[in-house]
Amino acid sequence: MSTVTDRRSDPHPRDIDPRPTHPRFTDLLAAEWLKLWSLRSTPWTLGLVLAGVVAFNAAMAWDTYRYWTYDDPGEAERYISDGIPFHEAFNANAALCFMLAVAAVGAVTVVGEYGTGLIRTTFVAVPARRSLLGAKVLVVSAVTTVLGGCAALGSFLLTQAILSGRGVGVSLGHPGAWRVVLASALIAPVCALFGMAVGVILRHTATTLALTFGVLVVLPPAFSEERHWSAVVNHAQPFMAWNRLTDVPYEPAAHPWSTAGAWSVYAVWALVAAAVTVLVPHRRDR
Amino acid sequence: MFCVIEVSELTKRYGPKTAVDELSFTVRPGRVTGFLGPNGAGKTTTLRILLGLVRPTAGTATVLGRPFRDRPRGLRDVGALLDAGDVHGGRTARGHLRFLARGNGLPRGRVEEVLDEVGLTDAAGRRIAGYSLRMRQRLGIAAALLGDPPVLVFDEPLNGLDPEGVWWVRGLFRRLADEGRTVFVSSHLMSEMENTADDLVVIGRGALVAAEPLAAFAARAAAPVVTVRTPEPEALGALLTAEGASVERGGTTGPEQEANELSVAGLSVTELSVSGLSEARIAEVALRHGLLILQLTPRTPSLEAAFRELTADHVEHRTTPLAPPPAADSHHPGGPA
Repeated sequence: MSTVTDRRSDPHPRDIDPRPTHPRFTDLLAAEWLKLWSLRSTPWTLGLVLAGVVAFNAAMAWDTYRYWTYDDPGEAERYISDGIPFHEAFNANAALCFMLAVAAVGAVTVVGEYGTGLIRTTFVAVPARRSLLGAKVLVVSAVTTVLGGCAALGSFLLTQAILSGRGVGVSLGHPGAWRVVLASALIAPVCALFGMAVGVILRHTATTLALTFGVLVVLPPAFSEERHWSAVVNHAQPFMAWNRLTDVPYEPAAHPWSTAGAWSVYAVWALVAAAVTVLVPHRRDR
Repeated sequence: MFCVIEVSELTKRYGPKTAVDELSFTVRPGRVTGFLGPNGAGKTTTLRILLGLVRPTAGTATVLGRPFRDRPRGLRDVGALLDAGDVHGGRTARGHLRFLARGNGLPRGRVEEVLDEVGLTDAAGRRIAGYSLRMRQRLGIAAALLGDPPVLVFDEPLNGLDPEGVWWVRGLFRRLADEGRTVFVSSHLMSEMENTADDLVVIGRGALVAAEPLAAFAARAAAPVVTVRTPEPEALGALLTAEGASVERGGTTGPEQEANELSVAGLSVTELSVSGLSEARIAEVALRHGLLILQLTPRTPSLEAAFRELTADHVEHRTTPLAPPPAADSHHPGGPA
């Protein structure tokens, strides 16, 4: 039954311990993967988020299809050239809901461990905290990127199939289509990482979710695009970056910005959040 | 001597409160070492520092010669059960152990082995949320055994266990120590450690009170003491002291309280607590010098009482006893030597 080995002959394990002293990062990745999927709520949550977002977008496209009143072919052409099918491929309200849901998923991967005390078991099992959280960051990023990809691509294909019933659906080959899909897909890991970062700082579920939601939803409209400094803050928000990237064609406002600028907002939020998640627990007690 | 756990001048302050106060001790392999102290004495803080969960204000704590945080594969070096509640109730026991094993590069089969070892195989597919405290303790022990570690640390592992569970855990600790492992077990009850530990580390208010083998602690702190009632306390006390005993004078009762069967009336009788001499030797000394002895009662204070006495000054929140303490407590050998 027991497989423990007799150490009576070996009173000095320090001198002859042959075990590897460095953790294999792949072991940590696999452990975080197992940790994520061993919770029954994970597939349910991700499945519901995916279905909910795709259904939200499809419902809006269906609404357009159902109440379509333009008979003039020129109207349909203008509808497409104004980029409205792209707005329906992933509408702004669906995007906000998606951002909050994915941020919550990211946050819960962290505060779920702190809240239950599991974090102590985890840290005692793997004292190399930076490696451990690095693995968690990679696993959560990968899973939410796939989720975002499925949500964005599924929404695009379904909405355009519905809209094509009125001759206003576009294909993935349409200029800007892939940017819309990619921007909607990648907002998922950006928000998930942000949720994780807030989670490792606050370590408490309710406050983490409140702050995460507040920053993601409340900050963008709080800063208008009219003054320069305010526009800069506004443009630095992930939701506004998503808005910029999915606005095809883009109509320059008082303080215009490029898609490269919007992509860099994604990158900076993701990288800073990942760095916070990896580094903060290393310095903290618990 | 090689010591697996070395704690040196360890101090942890939380604001003005000192949880651990310049604590130093060592723990040896092949033995079960009990880590004793009243609640709030700093045991859990010390264990958390030892396992890298809390940073000390000053001092060091090392496992196998290095700080635990420098050991990337924790389970292979140290198996620990700090709190049976440190799990996510949404996972099954098997799921919980599998990710722990994977992170340390341990084979999957090891999970089934430890589940079998703690008797959780049948319940392994159920979610931990439905587990009793006893089952969670077993799961925590399974996690501690997972990496087949040379060092095992348990924080209050006997809490909430039924007698059968206590018996099983004691046997397990004994076996682990006999295999040459280092077993470090905390408790706030001496009665739990009495039949479990080989060595003791006793702390109170974060500071070291005693660190020695259980047998030495028992011999020192719980030495037998003989209660002698005599009408001639000065003469007998001096003789016994000359024989090498230590004598403490207790209360005196007047003649009116003494039973009237004595032929010599009007004596007041004093109680002496004598340690360091057997009752036979005391009787012999008294007889040789013609001194009257009315009572000669040997007592062995319980280890629990000795422990409580030792740590009495270190208890955080003491309650005033409502009833007089039991007899064993009122016949102390006069506190720590």
